Amino acid sequence: MLLDITLRSLLVSGSATLLAMLWSIPIALTISMREFTGKRVVKSVFNALLGMPTVALGLILFMLFASRGLLGPLHLLYTPTGIIIGQAILITPIIVSFTTSALESVDPEVKDLTRTLGASERQTSFAILGEAKKGATLAIIAAFNRAIAELGVAMMIGGNIYGYTQVLTTKISTGVTMGETVLCLELTAILLAIVFSLTLAMNLLRRD
Amino acid sequence: MLEELVAVCREYDGVPVIKRLSMKVREGRVLSIIGPNGAGKTTLLRMMALLDKPTEGEIYYRGTKVDNSSVNAIRGKVTMVFQRTVNFNKTVYKNVAYGPELKKMSESEIKRRVVKALGLVDMKKFADRRAKKLSGGEQQRLAIARALVLEPELLLLDEPTANLDPKNTLEIERIINGIKGRTTVVIATNNPFQAGRLSDRIACLLDGRLIGEGTPKEIIDRPMDARIKKFVRGELIR
Repeated sequence: MLLDITLRSLLVSGSATLLAMLWSIPIALTISMREFTGKRVVKSVFNALLGMPTVALGLILFMLFASRGLLGPLHLLYTPTGIIIGQAILITPIIVSFTTSALESVDPEVKDLTRTLGASERQTSFAILGEAKKGATLAIIAAFNRAIAELGVAMMIGGNIYGYTQVLTTKISTGVTMGETVLCLELTAILLAIVFSLTLAMNLLRRD
Repeated sequence: MLEELVAVCREYDGVPVIKRLSMKVREGRVLSIIGPNGAGKTTLLRMMALLDKPTEGEIYYRGTKVDNSSVNAIRGKVTMVFQRTVNFNKTVYKNVAYGPELKKMSESEIKRRVVKALGLVDMKKFADRRAKKLSGGEQQRLAIARALVLEPELLLLDEPTANLDPKNTLEIERIINGIKGRTTVVIATNNPFQAGRLSDRIACLLDGRLIGEGTPKEIIDRPMDARIKKFVRGELIR
């Protein structure tokens, strides 16, 4: 049971992180490398969304995914896919904001340098991302940690269905009320071990 | 004629920096652009490197007008080394290999070129070092190697010895003398004597305008223009 819940948590939050990266990194590249009207507003919105309460997002998504909701026909409510989408949305501001900061700290002349060496716009973007890889990696680790440790979305969208959508945080939350204290402590230890080991790796990376 | 600028102007935020300047870069020669700080040397080099478009005027490369459709084909043939050295956070080898890798050259060709370029700047022994750990002079030599590895037709050097001590300055000048004749070089410098030591021709820029062009003898030893004479003497000019 421990292994099953742990693996599901890693799979769901890992998938959410990969999904969020798909759109967050291009958004961060666009914000950092292009000049457009409202750029500061867009950055401020992503920064403000860093503190988005998970229950608030969970409620919004619940209403969207419910059978009579806008996305009801997709049958995402009470599915692992639903949790993955919810967590991906939750962590998008983390990846966008932190990666944007990392990209903006890269020497602006790197862009000119790659252009003089014959790089296309896409190759230039990759080169700048390569220069910011430490900051971008930190953003991704922080986002994964946020996803695996959150409860609101997993509970409201997943529904804590045993063997299907039950993850570490939802099991800990419900297990306590059911008197499964020892199991909850074991699951908490696993969750903390995952988060702390990744935070430790993040700190080692930052020092390197 | 390798590159020709015809009546180019460049403005930044409405402020004119280059004013109707025309200039020819002859193949295989070393041309120095001298002038005081703020004369527009870097802006001129950036236009020559096709990094910035002229606000007005035309640039021709090998007789073909440079426009959006031709610029990508020319990039890589024209490389620039910036005044403030910028290097990738990689090893020296990977820094130099970046350009050939972009051009999808074979591994053996990349290795051959990188070894040759590092040899030209006497940096073969630094191949596995992180670029960011090098000294200022070494970083500048690395930047030159990264530009030379593409075997460019035109190499643009913006103040290549600014902020370097005399030993490193001599080393950079040795490198430039070493590539003389093999590639066309344009150097922006505010040191007329360095321009005299390295160049076949010297162009003098003041306030965005070309105020004289000639051989080192004509510009440094027997300047006709009073402003050039003053600049060469190290006096303030306006």
